[in-house]
Amino acid sequence: MVSLAQTALFGIAGVIIGNLATKGGAGGTSKGLHLGWDPTVALVVAVVMTTVIGLIFGAVAARSAGIYFLMITLTFSVIATYTLGQVTNISGFSGIGGISSYTPGWIGDVLAHPDRLYYVALAVAAAVYLLIRYIVRTPFGLSLQGVRDDPVRMASLGYHVPLHRTLAFGFAAFIASLGGILYVWWSGQISPGNVDLPETINLLIMAVIGGLFRIEGAWLGAFVFIVIQNYVRDFSVPGLGFGGTLFGGSFNTIVGIIFLVIVLASPGGLMGAWDRIVAEIARRRGLMRTADESAAGAGN
Amino acid sequence: MPKIVVALAVLFAILYVAVIAEQSPATGGGGWRTTTFGSAINDPGSFLRVLLDSITFAGALFIVASGFALIFGLMRVVNMAHGSFYLLGGYIAYEIQQTMTGQGFSIPSSEVNTWDWLVPLLVAVPCIAVVGFVTQQAFLRWNQGQELRQALITIAIAVIIADQIIAHFPRSVSTGAQRLGGNAVDLTWPGWTDRLVDLHVWGVYYSLARLVMLAIGLAIGIGLWLWLYRTKTGMVIRAGVDDQKMTAALGINIQRTFAISFVVGSALAGLGSVVWASQGNIASGQDAQWLLNSLVVVIVGGMGSIFGAAAGAILYAFVLDFSGSYLPTAGADCCTQYSPIFTFILIALVLAFRPRGLFGRDG
Repeated sequence: MVSLAQTALFGIAGVIIGNLATKGGAGGTSKGLHLGWDPTVALVVAVVMTTVIGLIFGAVAARSAGIYFLMITLTFSVIATYTLGQVTNISGFSGIGGISSYTPGWIGDVLAHPDRLYYVALAVAAAVYLLIRYIVRTPFGLSLQGVRDDPVRMASLGYHVPLHRTLAFGFAAFIASLGGILYVWWSGQISPGNVDLPETINLLIMAVIGGLFRIEGAWLGAFVFIVIQNYVRDFSVPGLGFGGTLFGGSFNTIVGIIFLVIVLASPGGLMGAWDRIVAEIARRRGLMRTADESAAGAGN
Repeated sequence: MPKIVVALAVLFAILYVAVIAEQSPATGGGGWRTTTFGSAINDPGSFLRVLLDSITFAGALFIVASGFALIFGLMRVVNMAHGSFYLLGGYIAYEIQQTMTGQGFSIPSSEVNTWDWLVPLLVAVPCIAVVGFVTQQAFLRWNQGQELRQALITIAIAVIIADQIIAHFPRSVSTGAQRLGGNAVDLTWPGWTDRLVDLHVWGVYYSLARLVMLAIGLAIGIGLWLWLYRTKTGMVIRAGVDDQKMTAALGINIQRTFAISFVVGSALAGLGSVVWASQGNIASGQDAQWLLNSLVVVIVGGMGSIFGAAAGAILYAFVLDFSGSYLPTAGADCCTQYSPIFTFILIALVLAFRPRGLFGRDG
């Protein structure tokens, strides 16, 4: 099942930590509650709160499946964006800024030591990857795959299908919250514009370009997307618009067209295409070997 | 037990609007009971106005969302480009109205006669119908049954259309900051609608344009009902909603039916756009808003039923307008709008008891 609420959860984590950790005052125009908590405490609270919100989202959506699930999570995502935009005392459309000054001591000033945050992000990414690989093999992970493949059979075997979906949603929210926190420490600001529908769709485009059914696809898709973004940015196609990301007409159109082509040509994305090529090569090799063997057999 | 809690919560909301709320004092903040208008007993005129606002808005919502529901109900296609169709329809109508009146960026309503409104509508709606037809025939037809893939295809189309709108609209604005970039522009109702009607109830005068909007919504609803329940095409469509394979097996050309309903569904997005853009405005970014609107209406009302779309539109419009007007106003914080949170609560409540929406059926 595809959830489109991840971006929203990412943003919610960022906004929570922005509200908890920053302090108001001198020259601060940015919104937020400015509770001024200790950043490490704020980190833990933000992760927990986002996971809880994820569990609530999951509980509401859990009884639906497939395309309904996609619609409902998309709705969550857009509602979260408008909530952040319109509830002005926690965020407002301009969002919260200056969060990068309130990182925990073990990361320190992000501008002075950008490498520390980089290594933390790398470690978190690696840890999340390993954690997912681990969870997939636990009984819980196995029953999740069962719920994915055949919810009716899992239900008749006595598994609580909505509960499993809810827990999976909570786990995904936990991962999204880590991403959101790392993002605000790095960029220093979070606003509804970071989590609106185009951003949600960008994330989905990355996932689809890479391949929806493989964990590695997420990395590949993000990489390809950023490469396209960097090279297409200054490139304008006559007739499609006058170029530049601000005024539209080139970048998103080209990404949209690439996305359309990939969806039409290879539903498994680039990883899917790669798997198919590997399978094809293996099949040809297999054929050759059988041919050799039969030739050898004929020689005898 | 959960049902009792929900019933109590709804009862409290009704009581709050009816009697508990009180008007905010001229100065100072006020407490949890202060709202913009005070309670319905205290200020029935404002209550009636908010009520009419929600019902007329529900008319516009219904037009757009019923198109989405028609496409979704029959083909199981979540048309993510519905919001983009909406946006494109509004801009096309705006360009034609500009060309016809030649009034520049903002047109006074008195300069617009009925034809200056009707012709843009009659051009924009078929344009969107054609866009829908091409989308369905070129991209969706041969992916029938692959729901996720179809949704992804419509997302790609939505991204492309949204970006092309930013690059090319509004183009008839000759100079200045409003030109291109998907800036906000106003469609204008014909001049005769620009007046307030005396309702003779609690001294309320109400906008004729909004009543016209409601009338159009009702007309579309009745038209759709007649079409779906009193014609052969409608019968085939309903059969297709219930069991697509069986319908095809009976020798009915289901592909033709698919094409027809996709065209009608898209055209409704264009029509709703012209109607609502005449009331408010049209601007890049509203595609997300209207995709959300359509999704909420369909999720709440139930998948693939026009009664569901009507019920969903009314409930959603009530939640939006009443939470805007009857929530406590918190002192200095002027601009907080909690309506998105209430939208979420509405969805959560409906899905908790009816996972397929109010009028949805299992299967």
